[in-house]
Amino acid sequence: MKYTEDHEWLRVEGDVVVVGITAHASEQLGDVVFVELPEAGTNVSKDDEICVIESVKAASDIRAPLDGEIVEVNDALADNPGMVNEDPTGKAWFFKMKLADKSALDGLMDEAAYNEMIG
Amino acid sequence: MADLKRTVLYDLHIELGGKMVPFAGYEMPVQYPMGVMKEHLHTRTAAGLFDVSHMGQILMTAKSGSVEDAALALERLVPVDILGLKEGRQRYALFTNDEGGILDDLMVANRGDHLFLVVNAACKDQDFAHLKAHLGDECDLGMITDRALLALQGPAAEAALARLVPDVVDLKFMDVAIRQWDTAELWISRSGYTGEDGFEISVPEKFAVSFTRALLAMEEVAPIGLGARDSLRLEAGMCLYGHDIDTTTSPVEGNVTWAIQKARRAGGAREGGFPGAARILKELAEGPSRRRVGLRPEGRAPMREGTEVFAGTEGGAAIGTITSGGFGPSIEAPMAMAYLPADLSEGATVYGEVRGKRLPAVIAPMPFQPNQYKR
Repeated sequence: MKYTEDHEWLRVEGDVVVVGITAHASEQLGDVVFVELPEAGTNVSKDDEICVIESVKAASDIRAPLDGEIVEVNDALADNPGMVNEDPTGKAWFFKMKLADKSALDGLMDEAAYNEMIG
Repeated sequence: MADLKRTVLYDLHIELGGKMVPFAGYEMPVQYPMGVMKEHLHTRTAAGLFDVSHMGQILMTAKSGSVEDAALALERLVPVDILGLKEGRQRYALFTNDEGGILDDLMVANRGDHLFLVVNAACKDQDFAHLKAHLGDECDLGMITDRALLALQGPAAEAALARLVPDVVDLKFMDVAIRQWDTAELWISRSGYTGEDGFEISVPEKFAVSFTRALLAMEEVAPIGLGARDSLRLEAGMCLYGHDIDTTTSPVEGNVTWAIQKARRAGGAREGGFPGAARILKELAEGPSRRRVGLRPEGRAPMREGTEVFAGTEGGAAIGTITSGGFGPSIEAPMAMAYLPADLSEGATVYGEVRGKRLPAVIAPMPFQPNQYKR
């Protein structure tokens, strides 16, 4: 898995990467009550705000981790946003994207570097 | 967190894993490891224990010794019937200013020969100065600094507290009484800020930790932080001072006119005679131009404080603003309070602008979650 400074994880599955938020981020957010997802087919640029997560405490954005196209979103999150707290790195993935440049993944953190960042 | 005060229960909050945040000049727990959502639901299904020691506790005694004199004096600062408040009873009140705005909201109890006031933490010093300045000549006023204040709320609150203080079962909603626990004198009221049955308990500081531990040792009692306190009170339709009511809102606009009894209204035995009476009595007679209402957003997206509200999906100026908003764990839906033009009635649809999109919300009755008081 690869990680961004915004606490997203990216897992390569064939042609696409699956993106979600880390367990650390979900703990910091608190109980998630609402998730707004982008539409499949949207072209996004790195750092575009493409998802919204609302917890009992506050609203946060999820930014596109890299350039590419959203190919699938996890609609189950809209009905059951609590999954983000229960299984942030599994069932609660947010979207799948096709990267414009797969080698851009190399610029992201690995698990050791991410763990160091969150201390 | 420099310069922040701590309550006597600070070390216990840390021991319990409380996440401490600055609130009204104090370091207070916003949540414990259970988390806001579960803490909220636990309070509605069992019993939640809140440290509210940051709030102001004030004793007010007339120099004449007569509680009626203290009541009449306080009536000069609040549009509330204090003289009619019977011994052993508590009532919600508001300090108003000369413009008819609200300086603070508070609880007033008649304790036989004096009054006991509980005021908001953020306002307590200015409230005390306000009382001193206006009533200091005829009343002795004392800010209590050696007592903690706890709230025990929820359907299991009575059974839990009764294990330590059996005779609390006699109290009804808004009754107050002094009871013993060990050698401690507890000042108990059957009231709270959650919409649930429950108690607020003033306990001498040196007993506060042991009393709190005795309650937390019970299976049904869990510590609850400020996060759930806010979602509980919002579901119960209760105002948070500084957000839903403040110096720019009158009690009529704030939709707390139920706190203004007949005796203080036009034609009442003691009509007017409080700061801002001209405006407040006029608004009572003619209606305000805007009013605090409940909103139920239609989707799942919460509409938070500061969200602007519009009449339509496009164009037009904002018709109001949300003053409190979030997600209600018990109603499993978003909820909010907003100031909107008074001619809009319940059932009308308005639009909150969230992240540039106007989302529908319906004006709804409050409380959002039914009250469970033991009357």
